[in-house]
Amino acid sequence: MNFVPFVKTRTRGKVNVSSVTLAHGGGGKAMKDLIDDVFLTAFGEHACEPLEDQARFDLAVFAAHGDRLAFTTDSFVVDPLFFPGGDIGKLAVCGTVNDLAVGGAVPMYLSCAVIIEEGVQIDLLRQVALSMARTASQAGVQIVTGDTKVVPRGACDKIFITTTGVGAIPASLALGVDKARAGDAVLVNGLLGDHGAAILCARGDMALETPIASDCACLHELIGAILAAAPGTRFIRDATRGGVATVLNEIADGSGVSIEIEEGMTPIREEVKAFCEVLGLDPLYLANEGKIVVIVPPDQAEAALAAMRRDPLGLDAARIGRITSDQDSRVMMRTSFGGHRMVDMLVGEQLPRIC
Amino acid sequence: MKYVDEFRDGEKARVLIGEIESLVSGMKLPEGRPLYLMEVCGGHTHSIFRYGLEGMLPKAIELVHGPGCPVCVLPMGRVDDCVAIAENPKVIFTTFGDAMRVPGSRKSLLQAKADGADVRMVYSPMDALQLARRNPAREVVFFGLGFETTMPSTALTILQAESEGIRNFSVFCNHITIVPTIKAILDSPGLQLDGFLGPGHVSMVIGTAPYEFIANFYRKPMVVAGFEPLDILQSIWMLLKQIAEGRVEVENQYARVVPSEGNNAALRAVAQVYELREFFEWRGLGSIDHSGVRLRDAYVHFDAERKFAIPNVRIADPKSCQCGEVLKGALKPWQCKVFGTSCTPETPLGALMVSSEGACAAYYQYGGQKRQAEVV
Repeated sequence: MNFVPFVKTRTRGKVNVSSVTLAHGGGGKAMKDLIDDVFLTAFGEHACEPLEDQARFDLAVFAAHGDRLAFTTDSFVVDPLFFPGGDIGKLAVCGTVNDLAVGGAVPMYLSCAVIIEEGVQIDLLRQVALSMARTASQAGVQIVTGDTKVVPRGACDKIFITTTGVGAIPASLALGVDKARAGDAVLVNGLLGDHGAAILCARGDMALETPIASDCACLHELIGAILAAAPGTRFIRDATRGGVATVLNEIADGSGVSIEIEEGMTPIREEVKAFCEVLGLDPLYLANEGKIVVIVPPDQAEAALAAMRRDPLGLDAARIGRITSDQDSRVMMRTSFGGHRMVDMLVGEQLPRIC
Repeated sequence: MKYVDEFRDGEKARVLIGEIESLVSGMKLPEGRPLYLMEVCGGHTHSIFRYGLEGMLPKAIELVHGPGCPVCVLPMGRVDDCVAIAENPKVIFTTFGDAMRVPGSRKSLLQAKADGADVRMVYSPMDALQLARRNPAREVVFFGLGFETTMPSTALTILQAESEGIRNFSVFCNHITIVPTIKAILDSPGLQLDGFLGPGHVSMVIGTAPYEFIANFYRKPMVVAGFEPLDILQSIWMLLKQIAEGRVEVENQYARVVPSEGNNAALRAVAQVYELREFFEWRGLGSIDHSGVRLRDAYVHFDAERKFAIPNVRIADPKSCQCGEVLKGALKPWQCKVFGTSCTPETPLGALMVSSEGACAAYYQYGGQKRQAEVV
């Protein structure tokens, strides 16, 4: 369905049961009521009407922002749905906004497809939808089209969300994973690994309690400030699954360069360090939802760092390393102890060690 | 972090490295080779790579990564047994994380999980017991794995289950003991080891006295070592000092954690619950007498081995695997025929490539590919 344009005369549906049933995915009145009551109530600034199967835009809207359309999609599955610092709805909006922003695009519109497990509480769904709406509103993007499906109990884990985003890329920008050059600086906008550690703790199966909250946030304004301060920026990527280590390896591979990072310069919260020590995990591989890796020419590194530090989402920004002339496409870390080690791509999931 | 960062001080490391260099420069090295020092414990291997210690040491010292990773020495047949138990629809099979990737002859536990078996990762045997309490209609099996480090926690969990009268909980016991293993290495023909870094966690339980035979009978020095990088460097320095002064002793660098008499409460629980097996097979090392334990008859109702029909078949390692030679220090990981080619962390043939504490996985992840390139 399409959430815009709306027709004022249509009567809005209302859900009168406490949990989602297969009927809510059946295409009939129950489904319409669910969409009206839960999603359109949350997403529409005014009452919206699903009339068309697609959202429609005037291309001039995009052209005013740039000369290329950016288009991205991502699916969000997280356990638990609500965690310190965020929830699946916030994550679904931030993740896609960031995927647009790291390419230099101005994020504009999102779609949202929700797969719901039979039995999910309507109130829970409502909270997720409201969180999506709130996050989108704060980010200045609109959720303009969507889809809902209900699957039998056990066929999915409560709620899965897919968001797709479109935006426009200003003509002056040409970021690319192949653009890193020897001597470039490697920057991050803050403390690493918070999201991964927060989620692992929130699952509650490790009997560990920590005050760590997810860093889940929309980063397009921060990225805009970086690009304005350091117009020569080569590449930006958000360090989500696989963490900073994975992004660095992608850059080394994509640009045919090597990267050396300094353990002592890499910002990691003490609590996350301690958490990783206990479980034998490496914080460089922990997921982030509000952190980016930025590659800039050396002479623009300070300007980019200063721009980041002026933003609340970049207060702990740091230069963590540099691109080296070694062409083996390796990522090395100079340990604070004085040794060197390789930071390779992660194989599978990080599994806690036996002892 | 208090009590951690103090042991990761780069300045102190430089001083220690200087001391080590001056000790080595004044020593007479074995003919035609460097000094080979074996760290027995996988936790040491992990730290050595994580902090890049190998690259900081003088070339006259070569670290040999021993058999102290319990995941790495697990024979393939035992993994098959785990999979067989896990595939029983009544069973919730629980295991430590890094055991999930170890290849069996048919599949790993991770693959069994993907195929529908109820395999769950736990962080302690007590978590498995909690699952048993919550799922009275299911049989919860814990994969008991590890040296004396993890042996007491499994024993205490069994005693707890006994005291609560829980009967839907059992342990597939694959616990192993360190001393016979070190002895098997010392008895290997053509042994070329000049000293041992003793396992810190195991020693926290058993103390230092059980190692005396290494110095007294085999005339090899040992230093029980902690896991922080300064611990390891200091232990290497202590080993070199013994060698330089012609002493052969068991010393304890990790005295802040390891009492020489061990942990009596843990030892009592171990003695109460387990008895030695006559034989136990190790991956790459073959059968080592009295190196494994099983549950005593008094706890037979917690013994998954006797509760379930398991294949219990010996499966030979792939012929190309040279895990045994690597475990004994006869080969460096990158000298194995399949290292980095058909055996990688993604597709491990041998278990040394599975666990992050395995020497091969550590070389591969922390710099092995470069060494491989140099060798090729």
